[in-house]
Amino acid sequence: MKIQYWLNGKVENDEIAPGQMLYDLLRKKGCYSVKCGCETTACGLCTVWLEEKPVLSCAVLAARIDGKHVTTLEGLQGEAQKFARYMGQEGSDQCGFCNPGFVMNVLAMVRELGNPTEEEIKEYLAGNLCRCTGYVSHMRVLKQYLTEKGKGMRL
Amino acid sequence: MNIVHYIKAKSLEEAWQLNQKRSAVILGGCCWLRMSPRRTLATAIDLTGLGLDEIHETEEAFYIGAMVPLRQLETSDSLEVFTQGAMKESLRHIVGTQFRNLATVGGSIWGRFGFSDVLTLFLALDAEVDLYKGGRVPLSVFAEQKADTDILKGVYLPKKKRQTAYASLRLNATDFPVLACAVSRTADGVSCSVGARPMRAQVRCLPAGTGMTPDDADRAAKEVADSLSFEDNMRASRVYRHDMATVLCRRLFLQTAGEGRK
Amino acid sequence: MREINRVVMKKDALQLVTGKPAYTEDLAPEGCLIVKALRSPHARAVVRHVDTKAALAVPGIECVLTAEDVPKTRFTIAGQTYPELSPYDRLILDTQIRYVGDPVALVAGRDAACVDKAMRMIKVEYDVQEPLLDFHQAVDNPIIVHPEEDWNPRVPVGGDNKRNIIAQAEEDWGDVDAAFQKADVVIDRTYHTKQVQQSMMETFRAYTYLDEFGRLVIVSSTQVPFHVRRIVATALEIPKSKIRVIKPRIGGGFGAKQTVVMECYPALITLRTGKRAYMVYTREEAMTVSSPRHEADVHVRLGASRDGMIQVISVESLWNGGAYGDHSPTTVTLSGHKSIPLYNRFSAFRFRYTAVYTNTIAAGAYRGYGATQGIFALESAVNELADTLHMDPGALRLQNIVQQGETMPAYFNETALSCNLGECLKRVQSMIDWEHVYPRQVLPNGKIRAAGLALAMQGSSISNVDVASATIKVNDDGFYTLSIGATDMGTGCDTILAQIAAECLDCSVDEIVTRGVDTDTSPYDSGSYASSTTYLTGMAVVKTCRSLIEKMKEKAARMLEHADASELEFTGDAVVDPASGRKVTRQELGNAAMITNDIALEATETHYSPTSPPPFMAAVAVVDVDPETGHIDLVDYAAVVDCGTVINPALARVQTEGGLVQGIGMTLMENVQFDSNGRIQNNSFMQYRIPGRMDIGSIRVEFAPSYEPNGPFGAKSIGEIVINTPAPAIAEAVYQATGLRFTELPITAEKVYMGLKSKK
Repeated sequence: MKIQYWLNGKVENDEIAPGQMLYDLLRKKGCYSVKCGCETTACGLCTVWLEEKPVLSCAVLAARIDGKHVTTLEGLQGEAQKFARYMGQEGSDQCGFCNPGFVMNVLAMVRELGNPTEEEIKEYLAGNLCRCTGYVSHMRVLKQYLTEKGKGMRL
Repeated sequence: MNIVHYIKAKSLEEAWQLNQKRSAVILGGCCWLRMSPRRTLATAIDLTGLGLDEIHETEEAFYIGAMVPLRQLETSDSLEVFTQGAMKESLRHIVGTQFRNLATVGGSIWGRFGFSDVLTLFLALDAEVDLYKGGRVPLSVFAEQKADTDILKGVYLPKKKRQTAYASLRLNATDFPVLACAVSRTADGVSCSVGARPMRAQVRCLPAGTGMTPDDADRAAKEVADSLSFEDNMRASRVYRHDMATVLCRRLFLQTAGEGRK
Repeated sequence: MREINRVVMKKDALQLVTGKPAYTEDLAPEGCLIVKALRSPHARAVVRHVDTKAALAVPGIECVLTAEDVPKTRFTIAGQTYPELSPYDRLILDTQIRYVGDPVALVAGRDAACVDKAMRMIKVEYDVQEPLLDFHQAVDNPIIVHPEEDWNPRVPVGGDNKRNIIAQAEEDWGDVDAAFQKADVVIDRTYHTKQVQQSMMETFRAYTYLDEFGRLVIVSSTQVPFHVRRIVATALEIPKSKIRVIKPRIGGGFGAKQTVVMECYPALITLRTGKRAYMVYTREEAMTVSSPRHEADVHVRLGASRDGMIQVISVESLWNGGAYGDHSPTTVTLSGHKSIPLYNRFSAFRFRYTAVYTNTIAAGAYRGYGATQGIFALESAVNELADTLHMDPGALRLQNIVQQGETMPAYFNETALSCNLGECLKRVQSMIDWEHVYPRQVLPNGKIRAAGLALAMQGSSISNVDVASATIKVNDDGFYTLSIGATDMGTGCDTILAQIAAECLDCSVDEIVTRGVDTDTSPYDSGSYASSTTYLTGMAVVKTCRSLIEKMKEKAARMLEHADASELEFTGDAVVDPASGRKVTRQELGNAAMITNDIALEATETHYSPTSPPPFMAAVAVVDVDPETGHIDLVDYAAVVDCGTVINPALARVQTEGGLVQGIGMTLMENVQFDSNGRIQNNSFMQYRIPGRMDIGSIRVEFAPSYEPNGPFGAKSIGEIVINTPAPAIAEAVYQATGLRFTELPITAEKVYMGLKSKK
C-alpha cells in the first residue's frame, strides 16, 4: 500500500507492506538514530515523534502515519547538538545506544511540561531505559539544561 | 506485524461488517497486538478518523472515545478533578509516556486484560461501555464476557459526586501490577475493585459509608479480599495477592473517607 | 597534571548523542544474508534427524546448516587469553542438546521474512532426555551434561566431565580448623544468588564478509576482538591469518560481550556461501541463550573473638556453570580471591570451590566476575557478625580491614601498595549521617527507615596474564594518532587513554586521535575486561609515549645537526636544545617525517602487570520498608571509591552510578525464573525487570583516591568494583528494618512481607 507523510519536514511517498512497523520503515529511510532495544515496547530506544508527540516507533504501524508528520532525531540536529554538550560534559552519554530515544523524549518533555519537578521529569522519562548510567547523571544534565534554557525546575 | 489487509474504516458500519469475519481485528494502539509477531491478521481494521479519539463532558457523564490514548486520560484536568487524582495514579506507572501516547482506552477495556489498571479503575467508577451494536452495557457485565465481534465505541463515566482513590503494587515502578485496587465512594455506595489477581479485575459494591473508620475499613477490606479468588504467577503468589488486597483496600477506604486526596 | 583528573567530554559524545550511525547494525552493508538459529525447546535431548528439505525450498533461502555440516573441533567461546582455563566443550551445532535454546540449525536467506518462514518448516526429531536442572544435584549425578569423549580442558582446573565438574580446587592458609575452635563467635550461612542478565541495550550482533583478498572480515559488537579472531578461527578450522575483526561502537557490554556468543554463526555462513551475512540477537535470545552472571551458592563461615576481631574466614562456592564451561573456572575463583582480602587480621582462611555443569543457560562474564557473589556473601556475614556482637558494623570493619602496605595472604601474597579503604568507610558514614540513620527509625507514615553498610574490592587486570599495547604516530603538522586494541564499550577508554597520552606528551586531548580496534592494524590487547583498560592499557600508553618522545628527539637531533639526542628536551610543542635555544616544532617534525626520512615517528609498547592492585570502596544503603506490604524503597545510596588517581572524574562517577544501579537491580528486582522444564520465563524486558529511573532514589558518589605506583599516574580500575556493594548493603538495611536476614536475591516485597507474616 502507498502512504504519504512528512519525515522531518519533507514530504515522502512510500510503498509499504500493511504490517510494516514505523521503526523498520525509518531504518530503511536511513534514520539510523532510531534504535531497537527490546521488541516488547519496554525500552524507549525507538522513540520518535508522531504529530509532535513521542511514541514508540516499534509499535506504530507505518500505515497509520499516512498524512501525518514524523520527526526523528535526524530532524532535530540543532537542538540535539546543544543537548549533547550537556550530556558529554557529564559523561552521561556512555555507550550511546539509548541516547537518541532519550533525547527525543527529553525534547518532547521540554515542549510539553512548563517547569517540571524532579519527580515529574522521572515520570515523563520513565519509559526510557538505560543500563550504563544508572540515570543519576541524566538528572544533573537536565537540571543544567533546563536552567540554562530559562525553564528551570521546581524543586 | 503480519497483516494481509489493512483497512482504515470510513464508518463504524463498515468496520463492523469487516469485523464479522474471523481473523479480522480492530486495532487499538497496537502496543499489545505487536507482541505476537507471528500471528497473522487477515484484516486489520483501523478506527482512526471516526472521531473516537475525544473526551466529551456532559452534565451527565464523561464520554471517552475508544481511540483516546491513555496519555490523554492522564493529562485531562477534568478527569483529574473528577477522580481526585486516581486517574493519573492508575496510569502513570504504565511503561512510559511514549507507550501511553499509543495505547488506547478501547484497547485496554476491550482486551479485558488481567493486568489492566484502566479496567480496575473504571470498574470502581461504575463505567459503562458503549458498543456499536450492543449499546450501553455496565462495564462490570462487559468485563465478565468474552470478546465477540461487536465494536467498542467508547466508555461512559457517569458523573456523580464521588471520592476515588487508586493504588497498586509493582516489582518496579513501570512493571505490570502485582495487584491493583480502586475504591470509589458515592452517597449511594462504595465500589471496590481489585485487578491483577492476576486475573481480570472484579468489583464489589458495598453499602454507603463502608470503611469510614480504621476498624471498619479493615473488616471490609478483609471481606472484599476473601470474596475474590487469587492465583500465583511469576510476579507473586496467591497468598501475597490476597493479603495485599486487604492492605490496599483498607488504605483506599480510609483515603476516600477523608476529604479529597491525602 | 593538565589532563589527568580533569573532566573531558568523550571523543564520541556528540556523534552518539545526536544519533549518528556508529554501531554494527548502522554500518552493515545492504544485501547481507540474514542469519537466524533454530533452537531446541528441550533442555536435554539428542537430535535424531533434521529435515531441511521444505525450508531449503522457501524462495530466498540461501543455506540451512545442521550439526552434520559444521566442523568437529571443540572450542570455548570464553574470551580469555590462550590457553583458556575454560574447557573446549562446544561445537557450533551439536546433536546433543544441553539447554533450552541450544541451536539445532542455522538458516540464512535474503530477508528475515523468508528465514522465519523456513525455520517454521524445519522438522526436528528429538530424543528428549531428562534434564539436570538443580545445580546442587550436579556432582556425580547419573545425568551427564557432557558425555562426549573429546571434552577437552586445555588447562587442568580440577574438572571432570563425567562427574559434571567444570572446575574444582581448595586452598587453606593457616590452621583453619584450629582457628574456628578458638573463635568466640562463628557465623555460618549460605547465600544464594541467581543468574543475572547484563541487559546492555544493544544485543549481540555481527556482520561478516569476504574482503578483496578473500579474507573473512567480522564486524562485531565485542569487547574482545583479538579473542574473536582466535576463537572463530579455531571453531571454523581456518588459519587465524584469514580473519580480520573490526569493532565499531558498542551499545554496552558489561562482560556479556567478553564471550564470543554468536560470531561463529554468520562467519560460517559467509564462509560457506561467500556472501555477506548479518546476525542480530533478539532481546529474547539475549535473555535466554547468552552469557549471564553465574547462579551461585556461597557458604561463608566467619570466626571472631568477642571484641570483634575476625580470626578466620572460610568461603566455599558452588557455581552453576550451566550447559558449557565458558567463564566458570575463572569467575568462581574471584568469589574468594576478591572478597576475603578485604580483611587482613585473620590467622587462617579457607577457599574452596566447585563449578558444575547443568542443563541450564551457560553462564559467562558479568561486571564483578564472581566477586559480586562472594562479596554479597562475605559482607552479609560480616554485618551479621557485627549485629551478633552488638558492635557498629563500621567500627568492626575498621579494626579488621586491610591497610596500605600490608601483605595480603588471601590475595596471592600481593602487597596493598595503594589502599584508602579506611577513609572510604569513614567518609561514607559521614555522608549518610550514620550516627542518626543507623540502625533504624519508624517514620510518621509507618514505614521503617534503616541503613546497611558494605565494603568491596576488585582487581585491576589479570596479573601475569593480560597484555595491553598502544601505538602512537606523529602525523602531518604534528597531530598524534593513538591506536589501541582495548575496546571502548561506552566506558570512555578512547578518551581516557588519550588523556593519559596527552599528559605524557604535554599536549591537549584534542591533538590526539584515538583509533579503536581492527585486529589487522591495532596493537595487541587482551581486550576490555577484568578491569584492565585504564590500569593496564593506560600504562602501555605511558610507556609508548616515553618511546615516542625518544624518537622525536632523535629526529630533531638530525634536523638540528645536533650530535646527542639525549641532551635535547621535549616540551610538548617542540624539541628544544637548551644549550643553544634552537628548536624543532612538533609540526616541523611531523612534516619532515614525510620527506627524505628514515626515522619512523611512531612507537609501540606493550605492558603486563605482575600485580592486580585492588580498588576499594565503601557504601551505605538507606531503605524505607513498608511493613504492611514488604515494599522496599531505596531512598539513598552513598558510596566512596578508592580507584587510585581519578583520570576523568565525570566518567568515573557515571561508571560508579551505573554499576551501583545494576547492583541494585540484581538485589531488588532482577529475577530469572525457570519453569519445570528448564525454560527461562523472564525472556524480555517486559518480564525481566531492570531498574528504571523511578526506582532509584538519591545516589551519591565520592572518591577517596590512593596512589597506585604501578598504575598510570597512580590509577587503578573502577569498572567492575562498583557493582559489588548494593546486595550486601541493601540486605543489611532490610535486616535492620525488619529483623529478616535475606540470603537469597532478589529481595522482593513479597519475600519481606511473608517473612514478617511468619514472624508474627
